[in-house]
Amino acid sequence: MDFYVLGQQIVNGLVLGSTYGLIAVGYTMVYGIIGMINFAHGEVYMVSAYLTAIGLAVLAYFGISNPWLLIGLTMVFAIVFTSLLGVTIERLAYRPLRRANRLAPLISAIGVSLILQNYVQLSQGAKNQGVPTLVEGVFRMGSEDHFFQITYMQMVIIIVAILAMAILNFVVQHTALGRACRATQQDRQMAQILGIDTDKVIALVFGIGAALAAVAGVLITLNYGSFDFFVGFVTGVKAFTAAVLGGIGSLPGAMLGGILLGLAESLFAGFVSSDYKDVFAFALLVGILIFRPSGLLGKPTVEKV
Amino acid sequence: MKKDEAILDLKNISVAYGQTKVLHGVSLHVMPGEIVTLIGSNGAGKTTLLKSLFATPSPYSGEIFFGGEDITVLPTHMVSRRGLSLVPEGRRIFPAMSVSENLAMGLVACTDKSHAGPTLKTIYELFPRLYERRDQRAGTLSGGEQQMLAIGRSMMAKPKLLLLDEPSLGLAPLIVKTIFTTLKQIAADGTTIFIVEQNANQALKLADRAYVLSNGAISLTGSGTELLSNEDVKKAYLGGH
Repeated sequence: MDFYVLGQQIVNGLVLGSTYGLIAVGYTMVYGIIGMINFAHGEVYMVSAYLTAIGLAVLAYFGISNPWLLIGLTMVFAIVFTSLLGVTIERLAYRPLRRANRLAPLISAIGVSLILQNYVQLSQGAKNQGVPTLVEGVFRMGSEDHFFQITYMQMVIIIVAILAMAILNFVVQHTALGRACRATQQDRQMAQILGIDTDKVIALVFGIGAALAAVAGVLITLNYGSFDFFVGFVTGVKAFTAAVLGGIGSLPGAMLGGILLGLAESLFAGFVSSDYKDVFAFALLVGILIFRPSGLLGKPTVEKV
Repeated sequence: MKKDEAILDLKNISVAYGQTKVLHGVSLHVMPGEIVTLIGSNGAGKTTLLKSLFATPSPYSGEIFFGGEDITVLPTHMVSRRGLSLVPEGRRIFPAMSVSENLAMGLVACTDKSHAGPTLKTIYELFPRLYERRDQRAGTLSGGEQQMLAIGRSMMAKPKLLLLDEPSLGLAPLIVKTIFTTLKQIAADGTTIFIVEQNANQALKLADRAYVLSNGAISLTGSGTELLSNEDVKKAYLGGH
């Protein structure tokens, strides 16, 4: 085993994994609060990729060229519109089904997913879109011909992901808002009786999940430079795998699951086969579902009375 | 609200879960400053009556007035903001939150939170155990401590009317005694209390007035002492002694 290849794949895995973690948060929080898998979440991420391109184009029109300013403003732009999208989806497609049978919102989510994919395909075109590279430069470790590297953009991804997770964790653990979320998750009716507008809390959770997907969307798009209307599917299922791996419903689980899946996929690509890395990731999903459905940090599910 | 006006007034309410009718035209009222109890056997509809105040579910006929305002169809989360606070059956504290976080949840109903500090101090004085365990996960508390926490959580809202659903359920007699002594203290501090109980003996001793609910309708009413000595009540709810 080549030490430098190993180092490189670990760097790549951490970068990939932190973006999975960001998206996984949306799956896990929504599941935690209403017990539903939001299958449209991957598409929300996909939309944020397009918003990144639109944001950059608008900013370029206004003559802004400082890369850091561009990244920051695009991030804000994508977060605002993506969370609005998340909240709107919940309001239109899931809330009316709150009292319906569990399968109904799931089917509705698949519907939303198809609508978003097709709408974006029709309005933006089916071909690959691209954004320019904003941040150049790499940091290398090792000698002339034996090294591994981390690009500055990859560093930005890891730093922003850690920052976003830290902010989220603070909000959930230490603010009245976070307390309201946790109360709604633990006993929705009691939370209501105590005066919490749980519909608002649920909408907020969709907003937060979408916002973090947008953070991931901007970072991934800037890193890879290209995307199409179908990127939400594979990335969405991967992030869902990460959420299940960590234990769906668990916030630290989503972060851990993301990192582990990113590392596993990247090491598999580096040492076994990069063609089969997706197969490996999904085989992992099947394996977890069979052998440890509650995930690494999840509690075994107890049927609610 | 006038002084001689009931703080809580149920006018002929009927409540059903789907097709199952539970309450049939119940009327009762609570005056400011009173301790009123509703006793009745299992399945009489006591919990349903309390839950109907919070629109879970709302009565299908009849009206509920609180402080002179019709709250019959007020959305659940708005009810506690009017000044009603429920200590539910089975306590329903948030098990994964700390004791102090659970108490903070009681404040959600208040727009003006300026009383939080002093009220918290009062609660910790009433229940020193809660103070000792303020950073502990609420799910790890004993049943009695959880009941104290549920009462404390409701008191944080500084409610005009404190509603309790079977606070003695599943607790050791000594703890039940503590709880009832504390309730007396809370009432003496000026909170109106409406308490639903199967443990009729304790509740009737505490209450100014009482109602008996059987099969979804009020069958008897009177002062606490009257009902304590009533032969039918003795036979049905006090174990015949």
